[in-house]
This record gives sequence, structure tokens and C-alpha cells, in this order.
Amino acid sequence: MKKFLTAILFAPVLAFAAGATLHLDSAPDKATDMAALQNGAKIFVNYCLNCHSASYMRYNRLKDIGLSDAQIKDNLLFTADKVGEPMKLAMQRAEAKAWFGAAPPDLSVIARARASEHGSGADWLYTYLRTFYRDENRPTGWNNVVFENVGMPHVLWELQGEQVMGADHKLQLVKPGKMKPQEFDAAIGDLVAYLKYMGEPVAEFRKKLGVIVLIFLAVLFVFAYALKREYWKDIHKLLFLYVNAYYGASRNERATRPQSGA
Amino acid sequence: MSCDETVDCGRRRLLVATAAAGGVAGVAAAVPFVASMLPSERAKAAGAPVEVDISKLAPGQMMTVEWRGKPVWIINRTKEMLDSMAKISDQLADPKSEKNMQPEYAKNATRSIKPEILVAVGICTHLGCSPTDKFKTGAESGIDPNWPGGFLCPCHGSTFDLAGRVYKSKPAPDNLEIPPHMYLGDAKIVIGEDKKA
Amino acid sequence: MSKVNVNALLQGTLNWVDERFPLTSNWKAHLSEYYAPKNFNFWYFFGSLAMLVLVIQIVTGIFLTMHVKPDAALNASGVPVAFASVEYIMRDVSWGWLIRYMHSTGASAFFLVVYLHMFRGLLYGSYRKPRELIWLFGIGIFLCLMGEAFFGYLLPWGQMSFWGAQVIVNLFSAIPVSGPDLSIWLRGDNVVGDATLNRFFAFHVIAMPLVLLGLVGAHIIALHEVGSNNPDGVEIKKKKDANGIPLDGIPFHPYYTVKDIVGVVVFLMVFSIVVFFMPEGGGYFLEYNNFFPADPLQTPPHIAPVWYFTPYYSLLRVVTYPLFGIYVKFWGVVAMGAGTLIFAFLPWLDRSPVKSIRYRGPMTKWLLSIWIVGFFILGFLGTKDPAYKFFGFIPGAPIAQLLSVYYFLFFLTMPIWSSLDRCKPEPDRVTMK
Repeated sequence: MKKFLTAILFAPVLAFAAGATLHLDSAPDKATDMAALQNGAKIFVNYCLNCHSASYMRYNRLKDIGLSDAQIKDNLLFTADKVGEPMKLAMQRAEAKAWFGAAPPDLSVIARARASEHGSGADWLYTYLRTFYRDENRPTGWNNVVFENVGMPHVLWELQGEQVMGADHKLQLVKPGKMKPQEFDAAIGDLVAYLKYMGEPVAEFRKKLGVIVLIFLAVLFVFAYALKREYWKDIHKLLFLYVNAYYGASRNERATRPQSGA
Repeated sequence: MSCDETVDCGRRRLLVATAAAGGVAGVAAAVPFVASMLPSERAKAAGAPVEVDISKLAPGQMMTVEWRGKPVWIINRTKEMLDSMAKISDQLADPKSEKNMQPEYAKNATRSIKPEILVAVGICTHLGCSPTDKFKTGAESGIDPNWPGGFLCPCHGSTFDLAGRVYKSKPAPDNLEIPPHMYLGDAKIVIGEDKKA
Repeated sequence: MSKVNVNALLQGTLNWVDERFPLTSNWKAHLSEYYAPKNFNFWYFFGSLAMLVLVIQIVTGIFLTMHVKPDAALNASGVPVAFASVEYIMRDVSWGWLIRYMHSTGASAFFLVVYLHMFRGLLYGSYRKPRELIWLFGIGIFLCLMGEAFFGYLLPWGQMSFWGAQVIVNLFSAIPVSGPDLSIWLRGDNVVGDATLNRFFAFHVIAMPLVLLGLVGAHIIALHEVGSNNPDGVEIKKKKDANGIPLDGIPFHPYYTVKDIVGVVVFLMVFSIVVFFMPEGGGYFLEYNNFFPADPLQTPPHIAPVWYFTPYYSLLRVVTYPLFGIYVKFWGVVAMGAGTLIFAFLPWLDRSPVKSIRYRGPMTKWLLSIWIVGFFILGFLGTKDPAYKFFGFIPGAPIAQLLSVYYFLFFLTMPIWSSLDRCKPEPDRVTMK
């Protein structure tokens, strides 16, 4: 629906757009898959939240994806005391800057920020997180296809295994990880779905409300249009001179005899 | 209302229908704006219940915790303190705590769930200052030779006993407020939430 | 209580008010006895829609002001307070997301509606005598709106906010002699910083809206003094009945109020589609890079203004030759400024004997059509890199230069071609098409 509408609105613009240079794999759509989102949240809290904050995202907001306060408290609440607190960082920012050269960015809206003409932010993240490869020239020992010379090491290498860049510029898995490639892709799909959700937690509700609003406006349109037609009968059917004389006179009469009532 | 020459009924019906639908739209559109002024999630999180560990609170001691930006006192009263409270009923404005300043479960002689542990909001019911603790008894307190221990508000001199009950003829009208609270085990109190919630 | 008594009571109240405040006479002058031409078409919806969007922006703006913090300092998580406060609105404030999306969508809607409203003026010669002042007030509103949008765009303190403001404020440094000092004065700092954010907030929430409201008032007062133009471009006041009412005029209320309500509902449907289903507008209404907090040490790889500024941004970029010994940057700024201000001279540039496009000759129709297409292409190129190529091989830059020259020539030669064109005779009375 959204893509279709965007296409219509920007059809003239898109017609001009040149071919993209960066190829992104499209992320699976798991926006309403609660199990996937919950798994993504778990991966996020266990792997990402050690270095990245999500300082606009409150833990208790995870109720959106079907978790209860007690579940959040028991399984996910690592960096705060209360479920109402946001996902702040355990690590000090200054330390992080010393370790990685730059402080790892806050990830609350990363899925929105990474959108571009090449694809959605989810596509970017889905490709990025799966295309780390070994590069001994980098201080961390890792490089990335989408984000060249990235400061972040491959945090999930134990799960994915090690990839190297072949001579044909394609990635090859040389050392398998704990997960099979399909399992790893599915896990990253879950994580990216969660990141996308976290970028705009209200998105699903927003769309549902939008349908109601549009239906209501459609009803209002019917009334308003019928009312307009009803009034404009005067203009279309009667002689204009007559309308003016009639309408003007009745108004004037009313104005000069204020107490008469109607 | 009858339809006659001066009133066009079809037109009137449409006017009413459009105005009604438009009115509904207007009211519906106003709701989000009005609601946006309610406490935000941040304010709600800041006002969330507070858990307090009282295992280290010795008899005769008091601790202060913050709940919704207000000081909440927790006092572990000794046997002597509890005994002294029983003797001063005639000096208090509302000795039986009849005014609605505490949850039902704290409407008793000690104004508490456990007799020795008092949980009270440390804000004077007169104009919102925070009273000071005056646990020393008698003339040493500097208040009254017969002072049995309690609280004194520095702003306008209201005095309260060790259950937060206000003395007679003082500016403060009511006893100190007892916040909703409950025990999670022996030594853990949750302030801001009780069982019925 | 009987019906008659209620009416008498209401009438009594009205009389009481009328003796103290000209309520009934204003109602008549501006609504029930303001006679508008009966032949308004589609293009005449956009004036009232602009008023609606103004109201939406003011109301949503007031509620956003309750929560936003114009503060560039970093919070404990290392995020600028201003940026975090927008996300606070999006998540923590009840319905804040809706109010914010209405405001961000409203900004684009405002320009869309105003551009269509101005285009109507171009089509039907609404700027011609005796409506020159209406047009000038309108140009004032347009300029004010551009300022309002520019100042407001800094407030979320994202990457595009920051670098957009950086670029535009630096334009002033192009002015010979006083330029560099002027841009420092505008920023209140060596770079766009907290001082800049705070003053832009002041301009956005109070200074510009006050001027805007004043100009809107003047625009409408002037309009109701001379009366509305219409798609035929003939003056309805020339033919009146015995009561002095224009023969082709109908009372604005109820006829155009009920008609405008239909327009409002359709507009709200389009507006809701954007707000609820595509608030980012494909990156054109909310730019993706603006979800990164402002970082003074790193410019995003590609920066472009929001779509409504891009035609003028193209005019800025196309100037690449220094003239009269003054450097290029200055002339770019002049081109951009002239591109927006040149509309103001239309009433005196247009020498055609007729107003409406309906009775103008083929030359006008062609030149105007090309200008509109050129305006779109300039706008499109403004969103792209200067090195952009159409379909991957037709370079955009020379096309932009050509269209920019046309942009100005269209106006500058208007006195000639508008008087030479073969016009059809105007009718005496308006026509209903």
C-alpha cells in the first residue's frame, strides 16, 4: 500500500532516477510477526546493547510486541532497574570512544536513518549485518561490504562464522559458525525487524488508525458533496438574476425586521 | 419541526448530517491535542513505584526516598516511641485518622501496615514544606519540655507526632499523607503501588 | 420554552453585540454578501486550503512547542537534546507522533497548496490591475513562508537541519564586504550552534508567524475590497443588477462555503494518506539523513534542500562564471534571490490585453507550459547531485543552466511577448464550463 502510494506521488521523479550503484538485499517483512520481533529484541539486548544505546526506547514499550512487564524484567532488563526506563548504555561513552575511535551511535532510529535511494533502512541493515568479512588491514580484523572500513567489529561472528572476500568480489564462508547460513539470515531478519520496529514503534498502529480516518473522511465527503450539490441547484437551475434578487431581498428583509423570527 | 415553504427539508437534513459528521471529526481531532498534555511516558516512568530495601533500617532510625519528586520517609519506630504515641491523643487534631489521608490498610493507631514501620510523605499539609525530624524527647528537643518525639515544620511551626499526625492548633490542617505501599517479603517495600492495583 | 422565544433571545443577544462590535456587518461584508464570481473552478480551492493548512500548522506548532527543546547540548547518551526531544515527542508524549507528523506533512502541504494557488494566479491573470496589492501581499506571504520553513527545519537538529542551515547562512557571506561578519551575526557563533538553534526557534515560533498572520490579513482585506478574479478574467462588478449586486456574483456564504468544505474534505483525505501511510514521503517530506543527529564534523555525502526549495537551489548552483570581478558565489545568491523575487513584478511585466489564459494566444500558452515544465525539472535537479545524469548519460548541469536562463527570460521578455500575442476576445459575462 505504502509503496504503491509513494510510487504514484513520485512517479515523475522516479522516471528520472538512474540505476542504483549499491545493491542491497531486501529484508524480510516481519513487522507483524511477534515471535520474530521478540527474538530480534532478545538479540538486540544481548549483542547490540553492550555498546549501542537506544536511549529513546523504553523497555516497557516492548509490550507492543507482545511482551509483559514481568517478561521484560526477567529476560531483557540488563541496563536499567525499572521497566519504564529507556535502553541506556552500560558502558561509558568516553571508554567507547577510546576503544572504537568513535562512540557507537544510538540505534533508536537507525532503521529510519539508513534509508536511501538504494533501499529501505531495513534493507541496508539486513545487508550490512550479513556482509562482514576478514580483513587483516583493519584494526578490528573485520571489514564490511556495505559500510567500508567500518569501526565496528563483527560482533556476531561466532554465530555466522568467518567470511572472506574472494577475488571475484563475492563473499565466501571459510569457517562455519554456530548457525547454518539460513539460520543466521533468519536471525538477522528478526533483529532487523526489531530495529525497524524500534525506529517507529507506533508505525503499525498508525496505519490501522489511518484506515479508520480515511473511511470516516469518505463518509464526510459523501455528506459534504451532497450538501454542495443541494445548494448549487440554485445556481445551476435558476436564472442567476432571479437568485440574486431573491436571495438578496430575503436577506435584506430579515435585516430590517430583526424581531420577526423565522 | 414541520416542513413548509420557508424551510427546505432536504437541505436541512443534509446540513444537519454534514454538521454532525463534521462535529464528530472536530471532536476526534481535538482528542489527541488534549491528550498530548497528559503526563508523558517519561513522566510516568519517573512516577513509577519505588522499591526500597529496609533490612538495614535499625530501630529508631529513619530513611528518606524519593517518589514522584517528593520525599517519602520510612521510620522504624521503637517500642518506646510507639508507647509514647498512645498517650498524646488529646493533643492531636485527628488522632483516629478519620480524614482521608491514608489508604484503608493504614487507618489504624500506628498509621502503618506493620506497627513499627511508618511510611509517610514528608510534605507538610499546610503549604508544602518538608518537616524536620525531632526524635529527641523532652526539653532537649527545644520544642516543649514534654515533647515525646516527632516532626517540626520549619516554615510555619506545625508539629506532627511519630505517626505523622498533626497537633491541635497548628497551621497544618491534616495529618501527613501515607502513600500507597506494600511489602514484597519482610524487608522490601514498594512505594506507589498496593495490592488492589 | 417555545421556539419563538429562543429566536428572540438569540436576536436580542446579536443586537447587543452589534451595538458594540460590527459582527453582523462583518459577516455580511466578508461572507453572506461578499459576491464571488459564480464560475470558480478547481483552481479556486487552494486559497481556502492555504488558510486551513495555516491553522493546522499553528495549532500543531503550539502543541509541539510544549515539548520540544531548542538545545544543542549533548544529553547523557551523547545525543543532542533538541534531537532527542523530537523523538521524545514521537514516543513518550501521548499522540505526539500524530501532532509531529501533521506538522511535518503540513509544511510540505503548505508549499504544495501555495504553489497551486500561485499557479492559478498565473493562469487567470489574478495579479493584474486592480489586484496588484493582493499579489504583492501574497508574494510577501510566500517569502515569509520560505523563511518560516527554513527556520523550522533547523529545530529537529538532524544532519540535514544542520548542514542546510550551514549552507544557507553561508550564502550571506557571499555579499561583498560585510558578508562574512553578517553570517557570523546571523549564527551568533562561528558555526551553526546552540545560539543559532535558539534564535531560529524564536523566529520560527513567534516572529515569522506574526508577520505571516499580518500579511494573510492584508491579503484578504485587499481581496475583499476589489473582489475576486475568475477563470474568465472579466470583472463581474461591471455588470450589476438594480440592487447593485453583480449579475455573475453569488454570495460567498453559503455557496462557496459548502463548496470549499468539499475541497477541505478531499484535501484532508490526501493529507491523511501522507500522515498515516507515508509520513516520510519517500524521503522528500522527512529526509532520511535527518534521522542522524547533527554532527558538525561530518557532512552527509549528499545534501539537498527539501523539495519546495529545490528549484531555487538549482538557480543557485547553475551560476559558475564570475562577473564584474565579483566571485561566483555572490551571483549564485543573486540568481536564487531574483528567482523568488521576480514573481513580485508580474503585474507590471504582463502587458496582455486579456487576463485569463482562456483568451490568450498560443505563444503565451507555450511559453508558460515550458516554464512550468522547466520549473519542475529545475526542482528535480535540485534534489540531485550536481553531477547527475538523466538516464545515466544526459548531464543535468547544462540542462539546468539552459532552464535557468529560460526561467528569467520568460519574465524579462514578458512585456514584449505578452503584448504581441494573438488574443481572443473576452466575453462580457463569465461562462460556466
